[in-house]
Amino acid sequence: MRLSGRGLKCVRGGRDIFAGLDVEVAAGHALAVTGINGAGKSSLLRMIAGLLPLAGGTLRLEGGEDDLTLPEQAHYLGHRDAMKPALTVRENLEFWRNFLGGPLKSPHPEEARSAVSKDRGPFPENLTLRDAVSDETAPQDEVFKRSIADDVAASLDRVGLGHAAQLPAAFLSAGQRRRLSIARLLTVRRPVWLLDEPTSALDTSGQELIAGLMADHLRGGGIILAATHGPLGISANELRIGGAA
Amino acid sequence: MTALAAIIRRDIRIALRAGGGAMIGVLFFLSVVVVMPFALGPDLALLKRIGPAILWLGALLASLLTLDRLFTADQDDGSLDLIVMSRTPLELACAAKALAHWLAAGVPLIVATPIVGILLNLDADATFAVALTLLVGTPALTFTGMIGAALAVTLRRGGLLLAVVVLPLSIPVLIFGVAASNAAVLKPDAFGTPFSILCALSLVSFVIGPFAAAASLRQGLD
Repeated sequence: MRLSGRGLKCVRGGRDIFAGLDVEVAAGHALAVTGINGAGKSSLLRMIAGLLPLAGGTLRLEGGEDDLTLPEQAHYLGHRDAMKPALTVRENLEFWRNFLGGPLKSPHPEEARSAVSKDRGPFPENLTLRDAVSDETAPQDEVFKRSIADDVAASLDRVGLGHAAQLPAAFLSAGQRRRLSIARLLTVRRPVWLLDEPTSALDTSGQELIAGLMADHLRGGGIILAATHGPLGISANELRIGGAA
Repeated sequence: MTALAAIIRRDIRIALRAGGGAMIGVLFFLSVVVVMPFALGPDLALLKRIGPAILWLGALLASLLTLDRLFTADQDDGSLDLIVMSRTPLELACAAKALAHWLAAGVPLIVATPIVGILLNLDADATFAVALTLLVGTPALTFTGMIGAALAVTLRRGGLLLAVVVLPLSIPVLIFGVAASNAAVLKPDAFGTPFSILCALSLVSFVIGPFAAAASLRQGLD
């Protein structure tokens, strides 16, 4: 898989931000997009995410799924966290899991079922009495539903928000909201990650966390483009927009 | 389908929680209708004659009030970006959002109609007729209002714009909604004709609304 952009041009408000930009990232590699404020780092990511029109050039993802567009195979982590303050942390994440993930594909329902019953330990409140009594007779879609809940719970644990699952998102700090958005990248698998300053607002352990997650994603053959000012914590090629600072 | 069901569930949940739009709309509707008899005086015949019009105006203004945030709330927190990027066609996502909005903000108005009907001296038959016209007419208000709500995303602070854009589109719905209701209150007129046209307006808005809103959202990407 390879993400390539040729001669990309970005115009915002009638002003050329950048032109003739080439981007090339292969599977398992990360690209750190750097540049001064206003150089167009975020604009480049939004263009790749299909959220800004291309003023020129071409963009393609080679080796991806043919019937899906590039934005449909990408995760975009922007400055805004896409979380509703009125919903709890888990409801927020479950929504994105259901909305972005579509139906949970499970070629081997029996496996899914046994996997579910094995590691449901940390979240006993998901279980109803009926589940506990007769697991074997549970209808198929119930099993899937529960494994979505497990999926979400596991992602929350991974980003260190497991204890806050029932809390309305309004009460989260900026760093916690960031962690919650990062959990979204884990619940739904997408090969391309577009991260706009992924480490912003995160504490040291949060920065280590995202570095670890990015490294995992690259090992799995994913592609990462990250706009950043600081070190990402993973080995990455650098694309500098707009010359020296 | 999972994705659309997820949108509908989420939007209804947000609307019903504290600070959501559902209760604001129905409270506004109630206050408009409740103060009207005080302003008009105790002329029961007059109230009965203009009662359906008052109920329809209240519903129209309440839907304008709550539609304002239909897309801007999602734009403010970045959800709209992810919805646009997703595999779900934007038209369907828009339709799901409008449906959720109607369920959370439109249905309570219809439920409240029998209560406020008493204040306007409407008898049981007339109240039922008005509730019926609101049931088939308010979806049209939501689905055409959605176009204005999507345009408001393009322009910052487009709240007032919403009213200006949506009101002309709502006028046919208002005319036939009130005509059908009046036909039921003042018996000699035919109820079927304006009611059928009202149904037709709703059906047309189901087709046009999502496409126009999606086109407007795509145009307004930024």
